[in-house]
Amino acid sequence: MADYQGVLICGEVVEGKITTITKELINTGRRLGDDLNQPLSVLLIGQDIHEVAREVILLGADKVYTADGAPFTESHPECYTAITLNACQQVAPSIILLGQTDMGRDIAPRLATRLRTTACLDCVELAIDPETKLVLQTRPVYGGNAMAVWVSENYQPQVITMRPRAGTPAEPDTSRRGEIVPVSINIDDSMIKGRLLETVKEEIKGIRLEEAKVIVAGGGGIGGSEGFQLLQELAQVLGGTIAVSRVPCDEGWMPLSLEIGQTGHVVGPSLYIAVGISGAMQHLAGCSGSKCIVAVNKDPEAHVFKEADFGIVGDYREVLPPLIEKCKALLAI
Amino acid sequence: MNTIVCIKQILDPEIPPAKFRLDSESMRVIPPEGIPPVINPYDEQAVELALRLKDKHGGKITAVTIGSDTAAGIVKHALAMGADEGIVLADKVFEGSDSFATAYILTRAIQKIGDYGLVFCGRQAADWDEGLVGSIIAENLGLPLVTLAEAVDVADDEELRVKRVTLDGYQVFAVPTPAVVTVSNEVGQPRLPSGWGIISAARRQIPVWNAGDIDADPHQCGASTARRKLVKLFIPVREKKCEIVQGEDTAEASVKLAIRLRETGVI
Repeated sequence: MADYQGVLICGEVVEGKITTITKELINTGRRLGDDLNQPLSVLLIGQDIHEVAREVILLGADKVYTADGAPFTESHPECYTAITLNACQQVAPSIILLGQTDMGRDIAPRLATRLRTTACLDCVELAIDPETKLVLQTRPVYGGNAMAVWVSENYQPQVITMRPRAGTPAEPDTSRRGEIVPVSINIDDSMIKGRLLETVKEEIKGIRLEEAKVIVAGGGGIGGSEGFQLLQELAQVLGGTIAVSRVPCDEGWMPLSLEIGQTGHVVGPSLYIAVGISGAMQHLAGCSGSKCIVAVNKDPEAHVFKEADFGIVGDYREVLPPLIEKCKALLAI
Repeated sequence: MNTIVCIKQILDPEIPPAKFRLDSESMRVIPPEGIPPVINPYDEQAVELALRLKDKHGGKITAVTIGSDTAAGIVKHALAMGADEGIVLADKVFEGSDSFATAYILTRAIQKIGDYGLVFCGRQAADWDEGLVGSIIAENLGLPLVTLAEAVDVADDEELRVKRVTLDGYQVFAVPTPAVVTVSNEVGQPRLPSGWGIISAARRQIPVWNAGDIDADPHQCGASTARRKLVKLFIPVREKKCEIVQGEDTAEASVKLAIRLRETGVI
């Protein structure tokens, strides 16, 4: 087991930029590496990523491995698995950290199986046990109703994914020095069983949910698609955007691309206004990182009030119009 | 094309948070009284996706689960929805299996069933939310895998077309059969079993296979093989205290809320 050393982060580069979750992983990985007195490495996959690699060093990496080239620009999980597996075998880290993203959650179990080790997905907290030096892996279970802490005593490397926004992003330190190591990885046809025919990014009108400062979210209590007009109006006044919990998607009132929760977007705006949302744990898992949560619900016993900073008990049709007007007045719109 | 759907019986994930209990000593969740276990919703959507494929292209659907006698209930549910065959995998040595051992057991069962073009699994089980088993099965079998599928079709050249949901859109993969596909909730509401489906499923005897039947090595199953150890299980404490804004009427409360949000610098 002593052969495995250090933390390796599988970073993600999107449109030439390092993603926020990767910065969060670097911050967490740096802390774990320091606690273990072991180095932090980051693997980057993409094309023309030398500049990004330098940025990653300033953010905290001791070593950056780059798989740089045209075949690596496609978001093909089989391709990423092959590259990552190869890098993991070369680097032999004790901890492999990925983001709980479309790519990370897909490749982590494949990697763990091929490395004959274990995997723990969607962790929200990672720490080193000072006595045993084992990684304490905390993750929500039962849709967030409970938290579980796991350790792996006999398996290395440990493959772990972290939920976006569970950590804070690393800040650059311009005095940091590190090494950039290009890795050459041959991808042959035997590694790629499926062909990626197309990747479609759906046009999002307005603000991306992950970047929104204000989100007005509606749930089953809205009662139909027309009710979202009012939410849209409030969002507009506050310079935000609208989102939904699962019920409006299931009912077909609103598109799934707006869903906040365990299986949808994970957001952390300054203000999250939950309207007609009962507060299922699966939903709260997507918005509990918000700085301020306001709940509007007819039912004073609704679970959402337990997670909220401010609440109003009442019908949203009566609450929202005066709220919109007062906000307009206060913000001089 | 024949399909195999792996399903799991779980505690109803729709129970209100207030009814959720656990014993931190034994690190077990205590099922609330009077609320029966259900088929994992993601697995039910996997059955639905298999049925949509069968509606269009024919073939036989086999639903398989690991569990005790009560697990036959969810297999019958899958049969009532339209699946053709069901199997329960039950053995003392299976108990306490982690995701890797579970995937091993299912892999052995899939190999025994044989003659399939597709294995479906739910994207994760809504109890422990691990999201590992389907992917490990694909690795064990050396088969192509597409995760988080919303739709599956068979193209003219017998290749599968799998639409995979991503956070900001989707991807389409062409994969040869046999393949493993994990199914996401974007599939939508699964069909309700028909009355006749329920009656005929109720009459069915569900075969039970043990470790010997699927030629599973007992040393690769059960709690002793778990690659991770649970050291703590707890219900997170909510430290937030909600300020309920009140007024003479709803309108006044709403105005007060706007003022409070402004005062506290939120807006």
